[in-house]
Amino acid sequence: MTQIIERPPFHGEDEPRRPLFTSVPPAPTLTMAQAINRALHDAMASDERVLVFGEDVATLGGVFRVTEGLAETFGEQRCFDTPLAESAIIGIAIGMAIRGLVPVPEIQFDGFAAPAFDQIVSHLAKYRMRTRGDVEMPVTIRIPSFGGIGAVEHHSESTESYWLHTAGLKVVSPSTPTDAYWLLRQSITCRDPIVFLEPKRRYWLREPVDTETPGLPIGRAAIRRSGDDVTVITYGPLVATAVSAAELAAQQHGWSVEVVDLRSLNPLDFDTVAESVRRTGRAVVMHEGPRTLGFGAELAARIQEELFYDLEAPVLRATGFDTPFPPARLEKLWLPGVDRLLDCVQRTLEQP
Amino acid sequence: MAGIDATPRTSESQLGVELDPIQLVAPDGTPTASSISSKYRRNLPPETLAWLYESMVVTRELDTEFVNLQRQGELALFASCRGQEAAQIGAAACLPKTDWLFPQYREIGAFLLRGLTPAQMGAVWRGKWHGGLNFTEKCVAPISIPIGTQGLHAVGAAMAAQRLGEESVTLTFLGDGATSEGDTHEALNFAAVFNAPCIFVVQNNHWAISVPVSRQQAGPSIAHRAIGYGMPGIRVDGNDVLACYAVTAEAAKRARGGGGPTLIEAITYRMGPHTTSDDPTRYRSDEELEYWAARDPIQRYRTYLQAEGVWSERLEERVAAKSKRLRAELRESTVNGDDFDITDVFDTVYHDITPDLLAQREQVLAEIAMEAGA
Repeated sequence: MTQIIERPPFHGEDEPRRPLFTSVPPAPTLTMAQAINRALHDAMASDERVLVFGEDVATLGGVFRVTEGLAETFGEQRCFDTPLAESAIIGIAIGMAIRGLVPVPEIQFDGFAAPAFDQIVSHLAKYRMRTRGDVEMPVTIRIPSFGGIGAVEHHSESTESYWLHTAGLKVVSPSTPTDAYWLLRQSITCRDPIVFLEPKRRYWLREPVDTETPGLPIGRAAIRRSGDDVTVITYGPLVATAVSAAELAAQQHGWSVEVVDLRSLNPLDFDTVAESVRRTGRAVVMHEGPRTLGFGAELAARIQEELFYDLEAPVLRATGFDTPFPPARLEKLWLPGVDRLLDCVQRTLEQP
Repeated sequence: MAGIDATPRTSESQLGVELDPIQLVAPDGTPTASSISSKYRRNLPPETLAWLYESMVVTRELDTEFVNLQRQGELALFASCRGQEAAQIGAAACLPKTDWLFPQYREIGAFLLRGLTPAQMGAVWRGKWHGGLNFTEKCVAPISIPIGTQGLHAVGAAMAAQRLGEESVTLTFLGDGATSEGDTHEALNFAAVFNAPCIFVVQNNHWAISVPVSRQQAGPSIAHRAIGYGMPGIRVDGNDVLACYAVTAEAAKRARGGGGPTLIEAITYRMGPHTTSDDPTRYRSDEELEYWAARDPIQRYRTYLQAEGVWSERLEERVAAKSKRLRAELRESTVNGDDFDITDVFDTVYHDITPDLLAQREQVLAEIAMEAGA
């Protein structure tokens, strides 16, 4: 069902023009975790400045085995375990970037990004501007993120709003193994700092991953399912949820739901969002994090600012609640799923 | 690429920290016994001795001009380093100019040594730009307003140097207040664990704005903390430029030889307020100020140089001329320098500007055009 809308890239000078659908050699079937591992491996093989470090990433290969084999292949100079200190993990990445290396630090879980917040917000994000462009921060922070795996407290957080409200960072979140591979490769070669939010509940999604043909660049959204009645805008772990909901809505109600996978939250591909909403006249934004001042609020504001006269209904939000993330046994009730999304879809369709 | 040995490598006996600071020149300007017999004895050539003197005096003169400019309303704020010239100049002077420095924000002595101009330093206090202008071209990181966060950057840079196969050393300046920050702990620990060629110079100037060093910790000294990290800790008279030079040179030699990091506590005193916005009479006594005034780093060193036959009227004239020139440069660049364009604020954030930011950049230009047309 995946359909990608052909559109010129927003800064196309870096991107070679090529047809998006070409015949490709048979691609290996990989889980998202394996695709990320492959991307790290390939990035380290292609550029010796690339370093991977964090808690348990070397000997153990990461708590999700995402960094498995990197220390063996590239040696402990380039993939190493650090002491348990997240502020330091980001702080040393900044120092390494100043000296010309390309660090790819891992924060083991979303909730543990908080101790690194100061280094990310006060320094990583600002360093290029503070030095008037003299010093770039080609740092990619990988963070296994979001809920849905029945984890203990502090292991299911949505942190994207913090990073999106911080000028100087770019934020991406893949929804498929192929996107995970290419978004990570592109993040590592990007000369700006990137927060790479990995939807840990989709680590075991599996598909053939073409590691030869570059995927869509950072800054481009993808239409994961096309439809005419309502546009659902989401990213990361909820793309699969939204596509399932759209299938169900088509079967049960005959509603035609389009699913936009943002992939890249900053830079935001608002053109793709706008093109879709102009066509459907209805939009629902979906994310896991609390509703208030979540990215849905920004998207809803943008849509009404720019598309007010195209809208047939208010923009609705299917989100988590304004509470701390609940205990594991309650997370299914808390997280936005098919029902909460379809409820919003129905409400937008019921508008006169 | 140098190997990293992350196993414990320091024994307790190696880490004894002396509470008595290393001192080569006494407050009255006479050489101490250590200057003759200790491993810190240095036979620096007269030109180097004179250069250290010149650097300290010029730093103080420039510092004075900064304060004057603030008092005249040309600068919003300034953080004076008066009294701390020996600590920062001694530490920076012993390193080649390719060794990276990661300052806090009070290190104009170290900046001068690296050849940074008054205009490059003054941009911060004038409010022209954050961090200082093009500091990194002199292997100096931009100043860090958040306290102690730069220590981690220094460790990262030192770890990068290990991987780049360099024999360089990275030095970071911290204050006594910074030693209470979690990042300083993490930096010291990482440096020791990874055996990073990194020198931590804590300028213990006794005050973090109004909070005395006694409120920052309960241990015997800042240097003693090094024991817990597994690195040497050294206390040095921070108002004795030769001692600061010698102790840092020793630490640099060790680091270059693969011996890892060192924590240096330079005991000095902030003679001025925290910044020009501060009123130190609310928290410290005149007696304390007098005590430290009698230990002034410049007066002491001048007496020493006179006895050594290095000081001369000609040297003093040369120093005065340079001071005058740099003070004039600072005043000129401050008062008559151009501001940057507002578009620079947008253009420097990303290598690849985002479409939304580009739109906001156009908005501000439209606002300016409208203002000009109105």
